[in-house]
Amino acid sequence: MIGGLFIYNHKGEVLISRVYRDDIGRNAVDAFRVNVIHARQQVRSPVTNIARTSFFHVKRSNIWLAAVTKQNVNAAMVFEFLYKMCDVMTAYFGKISEENIKNNFVLIYELLDEILDFGYPQNSETGALKTFITQQGIKGQFQTKEEQSQITSQVTGQIGWRREGIKYRRNELFLDVLESVNLLMSPQGQVLSAHVSGRVVMKSYLSGMPECKFGMNDKIVIDKQGKGGATDDAAKSGKQSIAIDDCTFHQCVRLSKFDSERSISFIPPDGEYELMRYRTTKDIILPFRVIPLVREVGRTKLEVKVVIKSNFKPSLLAQKIEVRIPTPLNTSGVQVICMKGKAKYKASENAIVWKIKRMAGMKESQISAEIELLPTNDKKKWARPPISMNFEVPFAPSGLKVRYLKVFESKLNYSDHDVIKWVRYIGRSGIYETRC
Amino acid sequence: MTDSKYFTTTKKGEIFELKAELNSDKKEKKKEAVKKVIASMTVGKDVSALFPDVVNCMQTDNLELKKLVYLYLMNYAKSQPDMAIMAVNTFVKDCEDPNPLIRALAVRTMGCIRVDKITEYLCEPLRKCLKDEDPYVRKTAAVCVAKLHDINAQLVEDQGFLDTLKDLISDSNPMVVANAVAALSEIAESHPNSNLLDLNPQTINKLLTALNECTEWGQIFILDCLANYTPRDDRESQSICERVTPRLSHANSAVVLSAVKVLMKFMEMLPKDLDYYGTLLKKLAPPLVTLLSAEPELQYVALRNINLIVQRRPEIMKHEMKVFFVKYNDPIYVKLEKLDIMIRLASQANIAQVLAELKEYATEVDVDFVRKAVRAIGRCAIKVEQSAERCVSTLLDLIQTKVNYVVQEAIVVIKDIFRKYPNKYESVIATLCENLDSLDEPEARAAMIWIVGEYAERIDNADELLESFLEGFHDESTQVQLQLLTAIVKLFLKKPTETQELVQQVLSLATQDSDNPDLRDRGYIYWRLLSTDPVAAKEVVLAEKPLISEETDLIEPTLLEELICHIGTLASVYHKPPSAFVEGSRGVQHKRLPCSAGSGESVDSPETSSTAGVSDAPPAVIPSQGDLLGDLLNLDLTPTTTGPPPPAVSTGMQLGAMDLLGGGLDSLMGDESEPPPVPLRTDTPQSPQIPNQSPSPTDYSTSELGGDLGGNPAIGAGFGAAPAAMPASFGAPGSGGLDDLFDLGSGVGMPMGAYSPPKSVWLQAMKAKGLEISGTFARRAGVIQMEMTLTNKAMSVMTDFAIQFNRNSFGLSPAGPLQVLTPLSPNQSIEVALPLNTSGPVMKMDPLNNLQVAVKNNIDVFYFSCQYPISMLFVEDGKMERQIFLATWKDIPNENESQFQIKDCHLSSDAVSNKLQGSNIFTIAKRTVDGQDMLYLSVKLTNGIWVLAELRIQAGNPNYTISLKCRAPEVSQCVFQSYEAVLKN
Repeated sequence: MIGGLFIYNHKGEVLISRVYRDDIGRNAVDAFRVNVIHARQQVRSPVTNIARTSFFHVKRSNIWLAAVTKQNVNAAMVFEFLYKMCDVMTAYFGKISEENIKNNFVLIYELLDEILDFGYPQNSETGALKTFITQQGIKGQFQTKEEQSQITSQVTGQIGWRREGIKYRRNELFLDVLESVNLLMSPQGQVLSAHVSGRVVMKSYLSGMPECKFGMNDKIVIDKQGKGGATDDAAKSGKQSIAIDDCTFHQCVRLSKFDSERSISFIPPDGEYELMRYRTTKDIILPFRVIPLVREVGRTKLEVKVVIKSNFKPSLLAQKIEVRIPTPLNTSGVQVICMKGKAKYKASENAIVWKIKRMAGMKESQISAEIELLPTNDKKKWARPPISMNFEVPFAPSGLKVRYLKVFESKLNYSDHDVIKWVRYIGRSGIYETRC
Repeated sequence: MTDSKYFTTTKKGEIFELKAELNSDKKEKKKEAVKKVIASMTVGKDVSALFPDVVNCMQTDNLELKKLVYLYLMNYAKSQPDMAIMAVNTFVKDCEDPNPLIRALAVRTMGCIRVDKITEYLCEPLRKCLKDEDPYVRKTAAVCVAKLHDINAQLVEDQGFLDTLKDLISDSNPMVVANAVAALSEIAESHPNSNLLDLNPQTINKLLTALNECTEWGQIFILDCLANYTPRDDRESQSICERVTPRLSHANSAVVLSAVKVLMKFMEMLPKDLDYYGTLLKKLAPPLVTLLSAEPELQYVALRNINLIVQRRPEIMKHEMKVFFVKYNDPIYVKLEKLDIMIRLASQANIAQVLAELKEYATEVDVDFVRKAVRAIGRCAIKVEQSAERCVSTLLDLIQTKVNYVVQEAIVVIKDIFRKYPNKYESVIATLCENLDSLDEPEARAAMIWIVGEYAERIDNADELLESFLEGFHDESTQVQLQLLTAIVKLFLKKPTETQELVQQVLSLATQDSDNPDLRDRGYIYWRLLSTDPVAAKEVVLAEKPLISEETDLIEPTLLEELICHIGTLASVYHKPPSAFVEGSRGVQHKRLPCSAGSGESVDSPETSSTAGVSDAPPAVIPSQGDLLGDLLNLDLTPTTTGPPPPAVSTGMQLGAMDLLGGGLDSLMGDESEPPPVPLRTDTPQSPQIPNQSPSPTDYSTSELGGDLGGNPAIGAGFGAAPAAMPASFGAPGSGGLDDLFDLGSGVGMPMGAYSPPKSVWLQAMKAKGLEISGTFARRAGVIQMEMTLTNKAMSVMTDFAIQFNRNSFGLSPAGPLQVLTPLSPNQSIEVALPLNTSGPVMKMDPLNNLQVAVKNNIDVFYFSCQYPISMLFVEDGKMERQIFLATWKDIPNENESQFQIKDCHLSSDAVSNKLQGSNIFTIAKRTVDGQDMLYLSVKLTNGIWVLAELRIQAGNPNYTISLKCRAPEVSQCVFQSYEAVLKN
């Protein structure tokens, strides 16, 4: 299991060091600094073995987190734990920075003592942790016996993510369907790979211990229902259903029920959390198409023309559109003309960045640029990185639709109809690249 | 509240000040002081001097202060064991506290204090806490047992904590169960043989129930523990799999990977024809793909594991090629791993896409990545024959870029392509030679030298090229030196007249001036070979090379099995067994996959049960870069293991040489994945002439060697100088040189008694402008030969003969050019024996043994087709072991059995057996039942197909019944014909 956990700043100074196992000594702290942080080269592997000691490391801004072990631990678990550790810290004191860590080091030690015991990760749900590890000193001595046992049963219990006795005057929930659409396209416009990775993020402000059921236009569910019900109805809805390649759920979702009935039922955590993640690859709506044209004019000049076409309902508006056209390292000057928005050559980023605030569906726009190059005797050709794009659209590129989210709370007197529900769809660009 | 100020106290006399503050009456000031102490401790300052003062602060109601003091204690107790006792009372008291959080805190901290005296006091509180009413305390106490065991294992056993821990597996709280499982698993690891975990169906059921309810981490502990269980039968295995599969949808990647581990392991036990097996296979791919959208570090772990999974069960990911395409912004470690998997998944179906991607990658920035991409293109060529041409042209394009490391990498892979497809892409050699000067890496230089040596006869200035390398011989790396030595010897054997000086030079450089034992030994071997018997030398050095595998860097099967049992762990990331990086006894025991339920008792490993499959034994794997010795030996010296056996040679001494090179060096390589070398003749004694240990310099004085070289008649003959006394065995005098000798050597061959049909006319003179060809096929001393009589019935002289085969069922192709050295005058005929190999392109023909041949001469190209007796493809090592025979016979489904009658045969069963043996049809066993003799026979074809037969001979009945069983039933008819032909002639 995890033998120790260290946090360093970018210089390699230790900010936090907690050792859980006897086989990890103080010299491990220095070994990592010397061999990884001070190595100053690109990280060739997130797991490094130095003198039979394995270091798992992740970096958040310029802070290094390293978990150390001498055993054959579950590597996936260690990384998941490090990410979780980052989440917990962020939930407690915001951004992970040297200053914040120094300011909260007592808290961090306390957290590390709680969520990792002898190197075994324990309950690390911030909801539960915040009930008994707080920034405003420890409540311990003021708690009543009931409160104490409530805390322990929540931390260890089946529903470790929610406490009893939550009350809201207004029962309300917000559902965000957040998708990132990824594309890799060849210069000729052939889709090399495309997928949508989506998340359903929920903010729930519900009283008691509500039982929820979430439904979407999952092809498997719709087809199953179609078989039982009217056939024309199935055909109608079948068109709108989507094939989900794979999905994963927050630990509150009953997985065995999903496996047998494909229904998503759960008791939600309070506040904001990610209900599910999913991935689709079929019938994706690609919101934009990028058509690049790069021409080398002699050895000192490049002509670039890029056309973007929006491909969705004309009534909808895409926002925050940004096209990034890479330029060679030896660029000396760039002239840009664009039909819409603003374009600028950014020498420090080796790219022309073209920004458009808004663009409706079924439109197209164009940019042309002349790039002047310094003559070089570098034999190696320019690698031509792909043209990438960023945008935000108000629909789900996968075609996912929320069909219902039902709330049942039998003990309290509010029903599904009393809950105010909000649904929002946002499609963003993930890695949206076109080779040129 | 900003704590960062505690980090900045660097004043002199700091410790003294802190001491004062710690003893202050004010609570706040005390707390501040302890915080400063902890901050100093974190940055590595020694604050152990404050021990008594800090411990004094322990008695407090303030939980925050208490936790800080505990933290201090955990760090320094070991260095101050006597003073640590001061803390015991507080711990014992805290363990009785009404607040469960404090009870748990006390027992948790106490376990972390590794002082013997304290552990004694720990036992009682721990026992209470293990039975505490609060689950939070119990789950903490469960882990504490593991802590205590780490300090004092005996104490834990004596106090009976292990039994209490086992009871906790039945606890009502899932988290307690999970922690108890984790603690037990850890303790069990240090007692490999104890039955501590005692996994039985009841406990498994409890674990599976807890699995649905506990935290994500608990699920990981339970799944990892489940993976150590071996179900009793396939039913139990299936029911566990069914309950584990929902975990594949968990958001935590570690839960998913641990579930995959359990499924991969238990799947081994499921019969493959089960519907559920197929369903399970389909369920595995999507979650694995989803892992690739996790954070890069996890992607890396997932990719390393997918690499293992793909090797074990390629079918799972075979349609998922696209997800492994590299993204521009992937970290380099993700890119390299993706590339590795792309090569493994490349197939005919997706090769076009893969190649387009690889070409793209070859222009990227990272040197390692680009190199690997170039190498990958070469691997594709070898793996997917249809793509070879495109790959070669892509590589040539890349060579044109003149980027140094790209060129070098391309040359290394082109060497492999040459080996896989001999005589196909030699046109590119000229381009390669242009880049000779830019090669500065040993591997690329060695590859280039190999190419020059291998194709010396087609490169006009091969001797000059090799000579240019020779100048700096001693500065080269061993790899290059060895290769240069071999290449020059090859060149000499091919062009003896012009290169004797060169070969002398390299031999003396290697043997006299080098300190490297490998190089010296190889030098001596060549020297001896050349001096005693150039024919043998030719046979050895220019022997046909073994097949190279399609796959590269495959993990050795037993290691792979072990790693599959460690999916998700560090071992699967390093691709090394835990014993390679874990100290002490932990995790050293080797895990194995369970046996499949369907396999019979006599067949206990999957490798042996598939012996009759097409191309069963894995061809020699291309060794990874580091395997220097193996690499070079593989290139030239080892006899083929799966392809046709090397040409046998005629004298005892030569056999000895072969044996030495084959057996001795093969075992040196020690590559377990390779099948053991085929023994050539079991009874051949080791040659006394060749020392099988590296000769010490005293054994081989320079003068003696010098004398050898100058005066030895054999080498004299080899050099083409006027022979003083030609050894009798060399027969034909003078003119033809080595080529002639070679012909003679192969012609002499050991009479094997193999059946060979009489010659028949293949090409009629009328149809071929006067050229008549009649011929037959024979297997002589392990070499397949096409023996032809060419007759010129035309009026003009015929010259420039050449021969080529169309693709055919067994990949037959000429092993060398057609040797018609003198022009064929009108009315003259010539006998030609053309050695064949079976490494050519394969295409199924109808009938199976049909061969289409094109013969060219100065007049025209002529085509004819002929049929070869399949018996010439029966290899010498076709004798199956009895056990394997039995198992295989049972294993082959009955629909693959075919029965034939052999009529009018009047031989006794022993005579039959002898006669068949002459044609490499081996009798495995003989049985007599009711006056019927039953012979069990086995045959192995050059492509590795086994054909098993049962021959029934009834006394007095001239009609024999024969049943053939084979995994490839198409060959049965042909094989039967061969049996008949052999028996009747």
